[in-house]
Amino acid sequence: MTTLTAPSAGGRSRPRHPNRPSWEEPPSVAGEGAKGLTLGAVVVLILLPLYCVVLTSFSTPGAINRAGGLVIVPDGLTTDAYTTMLSDDTVRRSLLVTLGITVVGTAISMAVSVLCAYGLSRSRSLGHRFLLLVLVVTMFVNGGLIPTFLVVNGLGGFGKYWALILPSAVSVFNILVLRSFYSSTAAELIDAARMDGASEWRILWSVVLPTSRAVTAVISLFYAVGYWNTFFNAMLYLSADSQKWPLQMVLYEYVNRGMNMPGQVNSGFGVAGHSQTAPLSLQMAVVVLTLLPITIVFPFMQKHFAKGMLTGAIKG
Amino acid sequence: MASTVAEQGEDERDKSGQPAGDGGAGRTAAGSVQPEVRRNWRVRLRRDKSLILMTLPAVALLLVFNYLPMVGTITAFQYYDPLDGIRNSEWAGFANFRQLFGDPLFWHAMENTLYISAVQLILFFPIPILLALLLNSVLNSRIRSIIQAITFLPHFYSWVLVVTLFQQMLGGAGLLNHFLRSHDMGTWDVMTDPHTFSLLVTSQVVWKDAGWGIIVFLAALSAIDQNLYEAAASDGAGRWRRMWHITLPGMRGVIVLMLVLRLGNALSVGFEQLLIQRYAVGHDAADVLDTFSFYYGIGTQNYSYGAAAGIFKSVISLLLIWGANKLAHRFGEDGLYRK
Repeated sequence: MTTLTAPSAGGRSRPRHPNRPSWEEPPSVAGEGAKGLTLGAVVVLILLPLYCVVLTSFSTPGAINRAGGLVIVPDGLTTDAYTTMLSDDTVRRSLLVTLGITVVGTAISMAVSVLCAYGLSRSRSLGHRFLLLVLVVTMFVNGGLIPTFLVVNGLGGFGKYWALILPSAVSVFNILVLRSFYSSTAAELIDAARMDGASEWRILWSVVLPTSRAVTAVISLFYAVGYWNTFFNAMLYLSADSQKWPLQMVLYEYVNRGMNMPGQVNSGFGVAGHSQTAPLSLQMAVVVLTLLPITIVFPFMQKHFAKGMLTGAIKG
Repeated sequence: MASTVAEQGEDERDKSGQPAGDGGAGRTAAGSVQPEVRRNWRVRLRRDKSLILMTLPAVALLLVFNYLPMVGTITAFQYYDPLDGIRNSEWAGFANFRQLFGDPLFWHAMENTLYISAVQLILFFPIPILLALLLNSVLNSRIRSIIQAITFLPHFYSWVLVVTLFQQMLGGAGLLNHFLRSHDMGTWDVMTDPHTFSLLVTSQVVWKDAGWGIIVFLAALSAIDQNLYEAAASDGAGRWRRMWHITLPGMRGVIVLMLVLRLGNALSVGFEQLLIQRYAVGHDAADVLDTFSFYYGIGTQNYSYGAAAGIFKSVISLLLIWGANKLAHRFGEDGLYRK
């Protein structure tokens, strides 16, 4: 790879890649091979577990038996696990709870964040420096686990859904990303609207929001993923009442720790052991249920946030 | 994180560029459309009151759920009893801290924290940099964005999910042990082995976040002037020399910034991640400062004791950030904030 090879045997036969600058020496076969192998290995390491889990969730008990655990080669497919899972009250309830928390939480977070980001986006508005400081301080200093728990408890949050939403509703980082967008990319439009005498509320609603759909979508995704994945707060405030568990709690208790599911005692769900092959497909179906929405939404968002995060990062 | 830093940097420059002071008459706002004269605050309040109003919901939430807990840290200096509340609980002075510093379990948690942190610094930190370099050298933009999308994906999975996936791959009934068993090579339940736990934890972090971590480095790479490469190549510098003399210096600022952040967070090693696995591997291997604070604070309802451990961690963390920044400045970099 180091050598500035005169284009000999291997080099000349292949056409130059159109994206390769003309001054760059042709790649060595060994170098290209090593690069391909490494990147291939990275992709396989990430996708293999997902593939096995999805395949196992669709496998028949016989296939899982023959494989002795996770299935790698398709061998008898069925959707039984999903039928069983979706007829299970605990899973159904937790899915509803998680959907509710995600939708309500994201709505609250976005409303609060967009308002705050826009409110701080005008340079030299009264008090914006102080308010910004109030925000940024929380990124570096926090009261810690116990005092936060005591505050939420003191406000009566124990056993309430809002304990999963309000304490984490504001992400200062997300607000700063929105603000930097409003005060850079959207700045000219905003200034023009101010010249026309539009009120701030009107500017936000009919100028800022329509022109910043991409960044709004990205930040919404960040919040939604956070709520979808909420686990620790659920464990802290809702663990006593399995009726209120979100999906991640169900995944933890029944798959990770192998507890019995209330409705599934007889069929032997849980008790992690590879001899009980039928429930394994059910467990994997729960895993698929938790990873599915993120995996589906993700490809549509990817190009947006790669771009958004890049512009954010370049400034730093 | 990076854009936050940009914000602060921006403001710093703002401040130094234009000395503050009310009634700085005739001062034009550079870059803004309307050249505004700063009048007294009454006028500005009338002009900006809707903007201020907009920030209030977020500020209120932060006051309740971030600032109020900061006040709540005084429970660490009490024998806090939920029935009495903060106001009526008995004062303890530094008794909780004395007890903490004499607690072998606490020092064990500290040791685990530092050990896992060090392993992650050595084994995790370089990987996003190397991946970014590798990905940046892929010429086909379609392949590049597909690989990038795949490596980003695990960042958005929850820790419960990631640990479950690892359990299915490496656990006692998982794929690895099935393979070992069917080849008569014994078994190795990676998930419950305390000796290799720090490596397991690190590999989980790599799986989940190494792909996401490349974003800032890719940004730094794309900011490097491509003409430098051409000039160097025409002067006869090969691939490795170009990487050493152009690419790495171009990434230096970001690498130092990330290092500062990592060092500042040295005492935070995946709270949820360890909490989930504590059950399988045992508290001896899995207890770190955060889980210690949780189990001995909330678990045993000894809130003041847990809060004391929390304060200790916060203070050391702030010192670490400050120290890491000093170090960054010494190397001539900005770090988290400018000198």
